Amino acid sequence: MKTVLKGRTREVVIDTDGPVIIIGESINPTRRRKLVSTLEAGDFGYLLELAESQINAGAEVLDVNVGYPGVDDVRLLPAAVMAIQERFDVPLCIDSPNPAAIEAALKAARGKCLINSVNGKEASLSGILPLARDHGAAIIGLCMDDDGITNDPGKRLAIAEKIIERSVKTGVCEEDIVIDPLAMAVSAEPMACMTTLETIKLVRQNLGLNITIGASNISFGLPGRETLNAAFMAICIQNGLTCPIANPEKITSTVLATDLIMGRDDFAVRFIMHFQDQTR
Amino acid sequence: MDEILNKIARCIQSGKIDKVSPYPPDMKGEDGADELTKFALENGIKPDQVLDLALIPAMETVGDRFSRKEIYVPQMLMSAKAMNSAMKHLKPFFQSGETKRKGKFIIGTVAGDLHDIGKNLVSMMIEGGGWEVIDLGVDVSTEKFMKAIGENPQAAVGLSALLTTTMENMKKTVAVIKDSYADTRILIGGAPVTWEYCEKIGADFYSPDPQGAVNYLKQLVA
Repeated sequence: MKTVLKGRTREVVIDTDGPVIIIGESINPTRRRKLVSTLEAGDFGYLLELAESQINAGAEVLDVNVGYPGVDDVRLLPAAVMAIQERFDVPLCIDSPNPAAIEAALKAARGKCLINSVNGKEASLSGILPLARDHGAAIIGLCMDDDGITNDPGKRLAIAEKIIERSVKTGVCEEDIVIDPLAMAVSAEPMACMTTLETIKLVRQNLGLNITIGASNISFGLPGRETLNAAFMAICIQNGLTCPIANPEKITSTVLATDLIMGRDDFAVRFIMHFQDQTR
Repeated sequence: MDEILNKIARCIQSGKIDKVSPYPPDMKGEDGADELTKFALENGIKPDQVLDLALIPAMETVGDRFSRKEIYVPQMLMSAKAMNSAMKHLKPFFQSGETKRKGKFIIGTVAGDLHDIGKNLVSMMIEGGGWEVIDLGVDVSTEKFMKAIGENPQAAVGLSALLTTTMENMKKTVAVIKDSYADTRILIGGAPVTWEYCEKIGADFYSPDPQGAVNYLKQLVA
């Protein structure tokens, strides 16, 4: 299964047979208040810095989230999208729960975006799927619904199936759906990562779609976060994860190593180039 | 007396829940917080003393170490489990009124937000600080907070939000609570929350870590 995204001209193909595509997570104000204050002042410098450093580090798609209390995201999200795409030929992942902001961003964006995200809640399905259809965007389908988050992989799969059914009915085709099985912190729940892994397996076996996860949160509350994230990343990829949302500056070498191990990097070209670039 | 209370405190700090708990290795096979608390109460130590001289200071040490990043979330959870295994022996005394807690604390993650780790840590630490905690869970509507405050008008309230998007709901909940209960102290927290935001929305206190919340409540009743 191939999910094709586009920047201004460049196509990025997320393929269930790999190699892995990294969606850069860093354009997000949760831990970067500066992003909001600079954007509101009409200063796109910091945004473009974040975009550039992630692209240089190996991100092929950039997640764009400017949500913060008091921020007019209907105005700011498209502005950020335009600023990034003017400088970089990169497909974007439009990250907002607000359909109006998503719509404004999709209108402003060039190429083909990924929407982050649609979940199994009725309001989300009916509010966002038509936007994906009308603007030819792909979607991330998040495995939660009106009942919240379940720890049963079978139920998470059922939510994914519901999202797919509604998407197809609305007019978004299957290859444009990327499933997010949910990844939660293992510090608080010993089986959290296994639940994610089981769901990844089920989605791959039963649905054959591309799979993403927000990959950095599993290590919350623990030391050695990079080590933990790297170990989890490798296992997830082996089980079917194809386009993690993560920090490329931390995870690219692990992703390339895993691709190499899985026979997706002939003559280790990508792996070697990554390290040669670093030592240069 | 000091010796057994110190031992209970040490069990709580190191996550030694009961006799079968494997941690810490050097206490393997020894009594844990559960057995020691039971023993203490059976041998004439007052429940107040167990609470004030063992549980509360032990959890304070745990909270301070967490604030200084010397320990991590799973260690805090283990300590909280050990604290609970001791606290369960005190519950009958709370119910009879023989032992009083410091006050009541209502906590929940705001509407639209399902994150519970931070909220749970704060909840445990405040219970370990000697407060009765009413945990409303996650995705808690303003109405649900208002109902709980209506039933416990003296309680302080803690709101958690982990998403920049649900911080808006935090603001709404604070406004509604303050409208009806101007004197109710509201504490807020969560990854995207800041002091600046706390002041902006009219909440009373922000803490980046659980112990900060415990300390704030402590000075309210001092």
